[in-house]
Amino acid sequence: MKSIAKKIYIALIILFLYAPIGILMVLSFNESKTRAKWGGFTLKWYLALFQNEEILRALFNTLLIAMLSSLIATVIGTVACIAMTGMKRRAKSVMMGITNIPMLNADIVTGISLMLLYISLGIKFGMGTILLSHITFNIPYVILSVMPRMKQLNVSTYEAALDLGSSPLHAFFRVVFPDLLPGILSGFLMAFTMSLDDFIITHFTKGVGVDTLSTKIYTEIKKGIKPEMYALSSLIFVAVLTLLVLINLSPAEKKKAE
Amino acid sequence: MERVLQNKIANDNGGFTLVKKELIQLIDISKSFDGQMVLDELHLSIHENEFVTLLGPSGCGKTTTLRILGGFTGPDKGRVVFDGQDITQIPPNKRPLNTVFQKYALFTHMTIAENIAFGLKIKKKPKSYIDDKIRYALKLVNLDGYENRMPDSLSGGQQQRIAIARAIVNEPKVLLLDEPLGALDLKLRQEMQYELIRMKNELGITFVYVTHDQEEALTMSDTIVVMNQGYIQQIGSPESIYNEPENAFVADFIGDSNIIPAIMIEDKLVSILGTRFACVDTGFGNNRPVDVVIRPEDVILVEPSEGIIQGVVSHLIFKGVHYEMEVQACGFEWLVHSTTLFPVGKEVGIRVDPFNIQIMNKPESEDEEAVIIDI
Repeated sequence: MKSIAKKIYIALIILFLYAPIGILMVLSFNESKTRAKWGGFTLKWYLALFQNEEILRALFNTLLIAMLSSLIATVIGTVACIAMTGMKRRAKSVMMGITNIPMLNADIVTGISLMLLYISLGIKFGMGTILLSHITFNIPYVILSVMPRMKQLNVSTYEAALDLGSSPLHAFFRVVFPDLLPGILSGFLMAFTMSLDDFIITHFTKGVGVDTLSTKIYTEIKKGIKPEMYALSSLIFVAVLTLLVLINLSPAEKKKAE
Repeated sequence: MERVLQNKIANDNGGFTLVKKELIQLIDISKSFDGQMVLDELHLSIHENEFVTLLGPSGCGKTTTLRILGGFTGPDKGRVVFDGQDITQIPPNKRPLNTVFQKYALFTHMTIAENIAFGLKIKKKPKSYIDDKIRYALKLVNLDGYENRMPDSLSGGQQQRIAIARAIVNEPKVLLLDEPLGALDLKLRQEMQYELIRMKNELGITFVYVTHDQEEALTMSDTIVVMNQGYIQQIGSPESIYNEPENAFVADFIGDSNIIPAIMIEDKLVSILGTRFACVDTGFGNNRPVDVVIRPEDVILVEPSEGIIQGVVSHLIFKGVHYEMEVQACGFEWLVHSTTLFPVGKEVGIRVDPFNIQIMNKPESEDEEAVIIDI
């Protein structure tokens, strides 16, 4: 009796969590254009989607920005972690606090303040501003996942490499980097997902004529919802889901689970 | 400075060792961290093929000294001279020394063979040479056939031996060892001590060894450097450090001892707790306050009538090889090791042979005083 109640409870939670997405996905395969009735299974919205050049350009922009911003953020974040490790304890905790705040900050505040910054500096809105913004909000996520690895690091392995004749740079790439790699990888994937996902900050910093998928969907929906958008949203959901699964399967997480 | 000179003389008296070439000189090394003095004008010479142990309680500056030798920490003041060449400013990767770290510091993502080959690959040695060296080093540390294992799959003692193998394949002139046996259990530690002595003899290189374990130091070293609070307290052979400690700190740190305030009446005569004892030391002046050190195994218990002083046994513990007793005599609690049992409450006489009474100057500074040390 008790176990049946438990199962029903869990089923309800999952139902409420995933029902909206489920409906969206079902509708994306709906032949009929209205939401009210099922007109049979079709893939035509997906086909239409891939023939829509604006949407394809937005997809390209999204992927490009996600790739570049997470790569750059990973490099900056990792270097920041190394620098913070060398700091005294007080300075380190202050720095960690400073890098954590943007993560807690509401996206809309970050978005508007970045927009104001670009205006006051006279930077032209476009791909560049989106990229800069994404790098900015991605760095904390990288630090968050690299720092724990850094703390586990045995400093004497680096010294041992120096002792055996390596230059400091060689010692870093040969000995320290492999130990950090799982953290760096999961930081990169997390940053990539965050960038892929972002709407609000992009919305405020993109300027006219440039769109990522999320802002494109927003503009389209304002004009009236087209089933192509269901198809697009479904695809985005599946992509992000896949990435999240990848992050959770990465060696760093597996080791923690053990 | 006077202390330093005394130490040097003590070193030269260090017994029957042949005069060997000075390989390393630490000259007036000072170092402080966050305003706290860790080393104060340290002066030390290390000879070729010597097994030197830096011994002292934690915080005495022994590890800092080793790190300055390895190049991982720079001194605030002073010079490090290696084979006649000033290497103070040379980074660790260019120094002809190799270090065995306290926590092994093996590269966990590489196999044992890759770990050992690390230094040789940097020096761009040919592959056949590297393979030979790996085989030779593994044989030396008794771990043949472990080439393709990963460090995580080895026990602590095995990992430590790999760390040693990784260092010695580079044929350093000096091997620095930072409490390498600290994490091992007693049995393994004793085995490794013999291994280290054997390796040192086989390789013919200089070992500089850091430990807080006095027994380890006495077992392995040619020369022991006893340190406390950034100063060298005494340099000498294990025998001279044990039998002729120069101050209360050394006497107390190395083994058990009775440190008793006394007055040197004249050469070869000392008044301990009001009773005159014959001794062999000279040159302390007349009627001068001193400390005497008597090792517990040198206190001889006899019938009351045969003793120089009389007392009563107050404690008794069986220690396996001997009994440990405390004897209350002349207002002092004497620690005694003896294979003969004297029950608690028994009146006994105490005798000490003149050559077993070691006279020391009273401490001149805090670092020379006997301290309670938790290790």
